[in-house]
Amino acid sequence: MHVPDGFLNAPTSIATGAAAATVVGIALRKARDELDERTAPLAGLTAAFVFAVQMLNFPVGVGTSGHLMGGALAAVLVGPWTGVLCLSVVLIVQGLLFADGGLTALGTNITLMGIVTVAVGWAATRAALAVLPRRPSSVPPAAAMGALLSVPAAAAVFVMLFAVGGEASLPSGGLMVSMLGWHSVIGIGEAVITAVAVSAVVAVRPDLVYAARGLQPVLQLKQADGSIVTVNAATGATATGRRRGVRDLLLGGGAVALVLAGVVSFFATGNPDGLEYVAGEEGFLKTARDHLFGDFALADYGGVGGIPVGLVGVLGVLVTVGLGVLVFRGLGRSRRSTSEVTDR
Amino acid sequence: MAGGHAHLLYRHGDSVVHRLPAHAKLISLVAFVLVVVSTPRERFWAFAAYAALLAGVAALARIPARFVIRRMVVEVPFVVFALLMPVVATSERVVVLGLSLSQDGLLSGWNILAKGTLGVVASILLAATTDARALLLGLQRLRLPERLVEIAAFMVRYGDVVTAEMQRMRVARESRAFEARHLGHLRVVAQGAGALFVRTYERGERVHLAMLSRGYAGAMPLVDNAPVGVSGWVSAATLPLAAAAVALVAGALA
Repeated sequence: MHVPDGFLNAPTSIATGAAAATVVGIALRKARDELDERTAPLAGLTAAFVFAVQMLNFPVGVGTSGHLMGGALAAVLVGPWTGVLCLSVVLIVQGLLFADGGLTALGTNITLMGIVTVAVGWAATRAALAVLPRRPSSVPPAAAMGALLSVPAAAAVFVMLFAVGGEASLPSGGLMVSMLGWHSVIGIGEAVITAVAVSAVVAVRPDLVYAARGLQPVLQLKQADGSIVTVNAATGATATGRRRGVRDLLLGGGAVALVLAGVVSFFATGNPDGLEYVAGEEGFLKTARDHLFGDFALADYGGVGGIPVGLVGVLGVLVTVGLGVLVFRGLGRSRRSTSEVTDR
Repeated sequence: MAGGHAHLLYRHGDSVVHRLPAHAKLISLVAFVLVVVSTPRERFWAFAAYAALLAGVAALARIPARFVIRRMVVEVPFVVFALLMPVVATSERVVVLGLSLSQDGLLSGWNILAKGTLGVVASILLAATTDARALLLGLQRLRLPERLVEIAAFMVRYGDVVTAEMQRMRVARESRAFEARHLGHLRVVAQGAGALFVRTYERGERVHLAMLSRGYAGAMPLVDNAPVGVSGWVSAATLPLAAAAVALVAGALA
């Protein structure tokens, strides 16, 4: 999945690089909320863990194997922002020290494998956790959900980037279908490994699993005089509960909106292609003779020109979310400063 | 999908290329690859010139061709993609060896193959001539956020440790006659991954405590801050400047 140089044109590479730099910059500040001053050693060691775990290959089909991307796994274990940092560092090191993934494609690779997998994986995990019963054992299936969706999401974003800056007239519909199909299979493997790995950690050290914070049972301590005191085992989690809620809403809602705008609208544009095919069945025979693969000939029959609809949707969502974040931050800052005043 | 990362690419040596400061090499390489990527794909000879430039750098650094070629396997998935391109792309068709191929697809496939290969070779040359510590210092000098460089430093430092830990777990499994034969065995391997995370995280906590006891207060001291001489920058700039010259000539001939 590591994209090499020259796969996407220079403007697209630079744009994804800028996007990646922005998100990593935000993640650098946000990760401090998740790990405080221990960020460097713990995020570094987690990055080393992701690096090692990415060597786990699993069979996908006949004679081929996929390897773990680890985006959802990292998000569930250490939190989304630290996860973004870990994955980005892994990709930077792989690009610079192992020549894996092009130097100019570093931004693209971080966007795809460091940001999209973590964001979608985390959003789906949170969504699943909202439905499942509130206990630590809900985390592994929720993580599986996140991992399952994160891989095809990265593939979908890759196809969109390729449609924008790929310098080739590939039918994006056909490419999307084959990439999504293939990566859904890889996603299943990713989901199984993620779920089992997370459940192994939840069984031993539930306090380490970021997604399980606040899900630990409430302790009831019986005092010597017979009175019962309830103690929340995860006081840290309740203290930051409100801020996490807003952030999750932003992250989750944004990811869902992105997927809807980017992916689903692609399928919406795919529809007329099929209709047109049915309408002009006679013309199909001629095209089929010209092309080696009938499927792809069908896909190009509709001829999507100009900017793909999905991209417009994604851009719209990004602009909206950006504005929303700015407004929220402004609100949060003013609210925090007033509460500080009243505290004194 | 690329697999093993077990060994660093660095090849110890003492050449002009090895001695160049890491951040100068980094900038030089990124500039070179950018020039390559923005060259129109129809200028076939320009790519030959770029390849010759890289071959020159490899010769200067005394990196054998076999070393570079062996490492180029990371590119394989995308080579497959590039080879499929002429078949699946949609444009005017040309018949080559009895196959109906897309003309645009042929060019796109060539484009990916040529630019991707040049990029991979360039990265291999960087990784082979720069050790990890120097590269991290280079990133720091390029004003990459300090925290990010620190995380990368920890990852590089403990990457081998964690990988070795994983290998020991594999040895332990295999010495108990476990062999991953079918998908059901994924469970065992994945549980190992979970255990690996706990061990890694706890190691991280110990490392942090050890750092605190040695006076860590949130930032690592910069070990080496020697300025780069003008000559270093000049020799590092040779590669991208030569590439830019090639690109200019290619543009002028268009």
